[in-house]
Order: sequence, then structure tokens, then C-alpha cells
Amino acid sequence: MDATGKSKWIVGLAAAVLLIAFPLIIERLTSQYYLYLTVKIMIWALFATSFNLVLGYGGMMSFGHAAFYGAGAYCCALLLVKTACPVWAAALAGPAFAAAIGLVIGYFSVKIKGVFYFATLTLAFSQLFYILVFKWRSLTLGDDGIQGIPVPECISTLESYTNYYYFALVVTAICFYILRRIVQSPFGLILNTLRENAERSTFIGVNAQKHRLIAFVISAFFSGIAGVLLVFLETSLSPDVLKWSNSGEVILMGLLGGMHVFLGPTLGAAIMVLLNSFVTSYSEYWGLCLGLTLVLIVLFFPQGVGGLVHERLEARAKRKTA
Amino acid sequence: MELDWSIFFAQFISGLCRAMVLFLMASGLTLVFGVMRVINFAHGSFYMLGAYLAYSLTSLFATTPGSFWIALILAPLAVGLLGGLVEYLLLRRIYGKEHLLQILLTYALIFIFGDLVKMLWGVELRIVNMPPILSGFVALAGQEFPVYYFFIIGVGFAVAVGLWLLLRLTTLGKLVRAAAEHRSMVEMLGYNVNGLFTIVFMIATWLGGLAGVVIAPTVRLSLSMDMDIIIECFLVVIIGGLGNIWGALLAALITGELYSLGILVLEKYAMAFLFGLTAVIMILRPSGLLGRGVN
Repeated sequence: MDATGKSKWIVGLAAAVLLIAFPLIIERLTSQYYLYLTVKIMIWALFATSFNLVLGYGGMMSFGHAAFYGAGAYCCALLLVKTACPVWAAALAGPAFAAAIGLVIGYFSVKIKGVFYFATLTLAFSQLFYILVFKWRSLTLGDDGIQGIPVPECISTLESYTNYYYFALVVTAICFYILRRIVQSPFGLILNTLRENAERSTFIGVNAQKHRLIAFVISAFFSGIAGVLLVFLETSLSPDVLKWSNSGEVILMGLLGGMHVFLGPTLGAAIMVLLNSFVTSYSEYWGLCLGLTLVLIVLFFPQGVGGLVHERLEARAKRKTA
Repeated sequence: MELDWSIFFAQFISGLCRAMVLFLMASGLTLVFGVMRVINFAHGSFYMLGAYLAYSLTSLFATTPGSFWIALILAPLAVGLLGGLVEYLLLRRIYGKEHLLQILLTYALIFIFGDLVKMLWGVELRIVNMPPILSGFVALAGQEFPVYYFFIIGVGFAVAVGLWLLLRLTTLGKLVRAAAEHRSMVEMLGYNVNGLFTIVFMIATWLGGLAGVVIAPTVRLSLSMDMDIIIECFLVVIIGGLGNIWGALLAALITGELYSLGILVLEKYAMAFLFGLTAVIMILRPSGLLGRGVN
């Protein structure tokens, strides 16, 4: 094992120990609110990382990923509230439903050439889903939302967030492991070549539409898991999860943290969730803050914070070898 | 069930009205795309600004008889000037860059303008009064129609003719069509393409602002009106063919009617017809009804 491989293991191990010990430290030092916030970061990190499979690795500009996040959440919540469905089944049905919605939206969106079509179509379809949930009151309760979603006692957040923290940590870790394997697999590499040069990849025999669609559905599935995690955390749900601005936030997370680094979106998610909790406690203009950040990044740091750090590290490594 | 033709006719007229507002919006969207190859996601925000400016201007000149007409002239102008500023200060920096960055920049403007409108006008629903001369009704084929409907249809028609004349007969129009075909060639001939882009973007945002003013007396102004309209506009330009103004007109007429007549069948979910049509078009004619390019 070379030196960088070793240091990676050490960093990973330290991060794992820190994450496991985190609730114990928080309980001593400050309020439970920070534990809640950390779970929120995990959920957004999972959502942003699965989204990044589509944008960062596949180069597809989806502006409608809130649809999958919300589809997973709504499917799970409605099954729990309206039927006698066991919790595990509802939790699995959420992502499966999100993947099905992803298959429908993806089928039409990958068919068409041109990035602008992809962006407008995904946004339009996700907005259709939002309107549907909003208006179909008899099924979804419309903008009243769903309250008092039953959560099994072992992960209930009623008294403390600690149990749920560990549950979310395990789920997120498993999902990250699978996503990482997908990204490194031959499939992930083909996705990369499609992003870099779709025409050439097609010439060497890659079925672009099929690969893009598969990536889109996988991404929708994991976004659905993030939605289910949100349902258990909040025990209530409103059509706001489906709002177009959520799709925008997840793009910004990827952009902020760096789209071409696996953990980039996670960094972006952490920054955004903390920034959101800070800004919204002082002002009601979160959108303005979001928009200005986006403009600044687009104009001046298109490679994101993670990308910047990555570039510096690579430059340093090069200097060392030289 | 026997079909009641007068209701059918009434829905047809209201569909025409809807189509004209959609055309005002979609023509701007598609003009910008045709010339600059950029999709302006914030086009709905300019529409919303037009409507809110109309509210402020009509309240400011409430005692003057022609307050609505003042707003009809001034509000789109102000929106167009703002559009020129946005193009000059922001869009100009990203023309050669990745598509993602171009889209994200205009997308960011939705957030910014949305919150600016909230800051300036607040979250309450606002109402713009209809000018007295247009607030009556006309009887037609046994049904009563608001005069205002015909005003909207007239404005849409006038803009369609105006755009046609502009693109066909003026030097500006010829340059716009030439730049859409081959930008660098126009540049080589010594024309100022940057300036041309600013003018095109101003015209497009002026159209958006105009649509906002025109629609204002018929709805309650709210902070979600930017997204509500832009989604439908996207469908219109996709159905018509991105970059083609006459495709946008045709698609606006089809979707406007489809929605208004669709309401007779599926009251709450008429939007679904539009998405269904879009899906069918995408399978049968992926480049839209009237292909590509401004002509």
C-alpha cells in the first residue's frame, strides 16, 4: 500500500470514529438540535450524491430531482398512514415508487437530444408531479400535508435523536458504499465517457440512451431512500418536498462541493444545511442568498469548493513528484 | 350526454385568450434561444415583475383616468431595460461556456427575482383593476364574454404581426435571423453581435413584461406566478420546436385550446393533457412541430 492509500485509510477511520462518537459528544456539549441538523445533512448528502450520479457522472442536467425525493417520501408516508402496511415494506416501497417515476420521466427525457430539452423536460415533469400531489386532496391531503406518521419506537425521535441518528448513519453509509461501487464499475466509467463525448462513445458501440436511463433510475431510487429517511425524521410531510427549489438546492450542493469528486456533494450538503439554518433564523430571504451564491459560483468558481481543494492537492502532488 | 355547443364555444374563446398570453411569453423564450442558444429559465420572473409593476403603476396613477394604459406602456419598458442590464452584466460572461453554467445562471435569477418581489411587494395577493373601457361584456352566439378577452387576443395578434414585420422587413430582423443561422459570419461582416444580443434579450424580456401586464387584471398576483407560467411555456416551446417563433405560435394555440377544452372533460387535471401531448410529440417529432431556427 502506498503512502496516499494509507493516509486515505487513516482519514476514513478517523471520520468513522468521529461519526459514531458524535451523538455522545453532542449530548455532553450542546442541544439535540445539532443532532437533528446532522441527520438532515446526511439525508441531503444522500440525495445530493445520488443526484450527482446523473449530473456529475452522467452529465445530464436534471432540474426535477425533487420529484423522486418527494415520490419516495409520499409513497412511504401514505402507505403508513392509510394502510396497515408494515414499516419495512413501506420503507422499501418508497424508493421503488421513486424509481418507477424515474423510469417514466427518464424514458422521455433521455430520448431527446440537446441539453436544454433535458433540463426543461425534467423540470416540467417534476412540476406536474407537484401539481398532482397538491390537487389530489382525497389521496394526498393536498397542502394540508400529512401529520403524525407512525414511526417504530426503536427509531422514534420523540425523546432523543440518538437512535435515529445511528439508523440514518447506517442507511446512508450502505447507500454511499453501493453508489461508490456503481461509480467505479464499468457501468460508471461508461457513464463518464458519455458525459465527456457522447458521439464517440456511441461510435464504439455504447447504447447511450440505455445507460443514461439506467443511471437516471438508480439515481431516482436512492433519492427516494433520502425521501423515506426524511419522513421518519419529521413524522410529517407537505407538498413542499416536491417544490422546484429543492431540485435547485441539490444542484447547488453538487456545484458547491464539486461535482467530479465523490464526496463533493456531501460537502456541499453540509455547507448548505448549516447555511440554511443560519440564514433562515435571521431573515426570510433564503432564496436571495441561494440565488446570489449560485451566481457567484457560476461566474467565479465553476469547479466548486471541493474541485478547488482537489486541484490544489493534485498540483502539490505533481510538484512533489517533479 | 348532449354536447352544449355554446359552452364549447365559450371555452374556445377562453382558450384563444390563454393561447395568446402563452404566445407572448413563449415567443420571447424561443427568440432568445434561437439567437443566443441560451434558455432563459428566468423568463417567468420577468413576467411576474411586469405584473407587479403594473400593480404599482396603476395604484400610483389611480386618480389619472388612463392608469392602466400608462402601466401597459411603462411596465414592459422597465422590464425590458432590466433585461438589457441582466444580459449586459451577467449573461454576456457565459456565452462560450458550458451549457450547465448558462442554465444555472438564469435559474439563479428565479430565486433572486422571486425574493426581490417578495421584499418589494410582500406576500399578500395583489389585484390590478381592469380599465373601465375594457371591463364590460359582449354577447356573442348566445354567450356573454368579457371585453377584456378580446383585448388579450388583439394584443397577441398585434405582437405576432409586429414580430413578423420586424423579422422580415427591418435590418435588425435580418441580423437576428442571420445571427441565428451563423453567428460568427455576422460578426465577420463587421456587425456588433454583442449589441445585437442585448437588443434581442431586451425585446424578449419586454414581451415577458407585456404578458405580465396583460394578464394582471384577470388574476390575483402571487409569488408563484413565475413558475406557474414558465412550465407551460417550456411545454409550448418544446411542442413548437425550440428557437422557432411560428412553432411557438402554433403550439400556443394548440395547448391553449387543449387546456380550455380539456377542462370540460377533466376539470382539475387539464394540465395532464398538455403533458400527454408533449409526450406524444416527443415520440413522434422530437425536434418539435416546426423544427429549428428562427424564420
